[in-house]
Amino acid sequence: MTSIATPPRTRAPFSVHRHAALIALIALILFNIVTTPRFLTVATLNINLTQTATIVIVGIGMTFVIATRGIDLSVGSLMAISGAIAPMLFLNPTLGPSIGTALAFILPVLATGLLGAFNGLLVTRFSVQPIIATLVLFIAGRGIAQVISGGQLINFTQSNFTALGSARVLGISVQVLVMLVLLAVAVFVLTRTLFGRYVTAVGGNPEAARLSGVPVNRTRMLVYVISGLLSGLAGLIVIAINNSSDSNLVGQNMELDAIAAVAVGGTALNGGRVTMIGTLLGALFIQLLRYTLLVKGVPDAAAIVIKAAVIIAAVALQYRRR
Amino acid sequence: MTALPNTTARPNPLHLFRGQGAMIALIVLVIFSAFRYEGFFSLYNASSFFRYNSMFLLIGIGMTFVIGTGGIDLSVGSTAAMSSVLAALASPHGAIAGVLAGVLGGLVIGVINGVLITRLRIEPFIITLGTFLGARGVAQLASGQAAVSVDSSGNFAQLGQGDVFGLPVPLVLLLLALLICVPLLRATRFGRTALSVGDNEDAARLMGLQVDRTKLGVYALSGLLAGLAGVILAAQFGAGQPTEGIGWELTAIAGVVVGGTLLSGGRGSLLGTMVGVTLLGLIFNVLNFENGKGVISIDVFWQNVIRGVFLLVVVLLQSRSARHTP
Repeated sequence: MTSIATPPRTRAPFSVHRHAALIALIALILFNIVTTPRFLTVATLNINLTQTATIVIVGIGMTFVIATRGIDLSVGSLMAISGAIAPMLFLNPTLGPSIGTALAFILPVLATGLLGAFNGLLVTRFSVQPIIATLVLFIAGRGIAQVISGGQLINFTQSNFTALGSARVLGISVQVLVMLVLLAVAVFVLTRTLFGRYVTAVGGNPEAARLSGVPVNRTRMLVYVISGLLSGLAGLIVIAINNSSDSNLVGQNMELDAIAAVAVGGTALNGGRVTMIGTLLGALFIQLLRYTLLVKGVPDAAAIVIKAAVIIAAVALQYRRR
Repeated sequence: MTALPNTTARPNPLHLFRGQGAMIALIVLVIFSAFRYEGFFSLYNASSFFRYNSMFLLIGIGMTFVIGTGGIDLSVGSTAAMSSVLAALASPHGAIAGVLAGVLGGLVIGVINGVLITRLRIEPFIITLGTFLGARGVAQLASGQAAVSVDSSGNFAQLGQGDVFGLPVPLVLLLLALLICVPLLRATRFGRTALSVGDNEDAARLMGLQVDRTKLGVYALSGLLAGLAGVILAAQFGAGQPTEGIGWELTAIAGVVVGGTLLSGGRGSLLGTMVGVTLLGLIFNVLNFENGKGVISIDVFWQNVIRGVFLLVVVLLQSRSARHTP
């Protein structure tokens, strides 16, 4: 008599390809420990983490989106929109500084969340390909931000608001803490909740997911909303760091940085594999690479070329597996 | 006796308008502007419009081929910037050297895209994202991060500023490119294979079509045309511009889509792309005229909003008609 035994939970054997981002990051850290003086300091850590925070925050949303086989090109423009709306609130004389600042943390993020819903609507209700659906707001979104701000650079001092970019808690920048909290929540949502399973299922095989009762459209709608909300938050952080908002520049090329971080981290662009920690590692790796090249005196322009080659190599390494 | 399913589907009434929406919008906008703005139909306006927009139209040609294969090329804007720098650097050796440097530079980026995409089998999106960064880096390296003046003693600048038979040279270059590329897409094995690959890559491979060679070809063509656009850029503004071309790739993609080419591949209309890119460019032109009238003043920033709305409308129309097609 044969008994149907539940197969033992086996861990996949350690694979170089699966952990490409981690290995590359460790290699880069070791290289710096040996060759860069004063690398192992809190200051260095802080610099790199602060630079990575916005990419990771946007990257979390992008990971959700890419996990459903989508893509979100609008993130940079959405950052510009939230960055343009916020100063109108906390500099508004009728609202006053306290209410204005409180609203400045909430309304811009809600606005970009709504625009994320618009992306989701195009993708689900109108079956527009994600790259084109989000291209609409990529183009129009920056225009909207410029119209809101009049295309002007807005400088401001509003310490309650800029704390988001400059304050420290226990020596750690606030935006880094925000990043860590959001990352923890995202890992939990992706691995431990029903929604997370839906996301993975939709990315693995949308048709099978639909047939087995997964609310495919609602899931895809939600990932774009998440991406919109997080982009809005990232926009606030950027203008808080700069003490100014320039709707022409806020979030420029962010879609590419975030997508690169997700891809290097090991999330497959055609679905079926998703890792939130990978996105963090990917973003850290890209940032540390930039830092290393800078410290070693490689000119910025050459650094871009090297960065491009490394991104392609990292993605290629993961694809070899299949 | 078994009846074969009727493969000749009934013509869909909406089908007629698919891809024609942009054409109708363009005609309406041109007629409207011709009546409303004095000087809109002038030779000067038409000539300066096409002198500038030929660059985007050239890039749109390459993008149509790439999208026809179901791919995408994000590197074209950076490639144009890089080529403008290379052309400016080579321009002291003569106009031909300038053109060759720019066009060959673009071709190299295109070939790199094609080789990596076919060999590594990674999505074109990621590969061309890499060369998007790489070409920008080369542009900045070669230029030393500053605009590079073109040689003013030779006739290189004529490529951007000159006229032939009363037509601006960039427009002549565009027409030549179309003269080659329209038959290339419609009537050659290369063109048909490109569209078959976009339609169904596995099937194309099983039929023994040269899938990889064709894909390599379309990316090479896209790079080459982006390089030519870069040459025009340098010649027109008298300098190689390492920081120009930002967002050109997405403008070109939007133009292709507005022109009625589906992003899923398998189909491609160069005429449609010309209409789509022209329409998106004309919005800027019309805004200028509107502000010139002084009745109402519209911020130049609205152009991006209007472009986005145009793209949205076309995309929605496409999705409606696509749903009605079996």
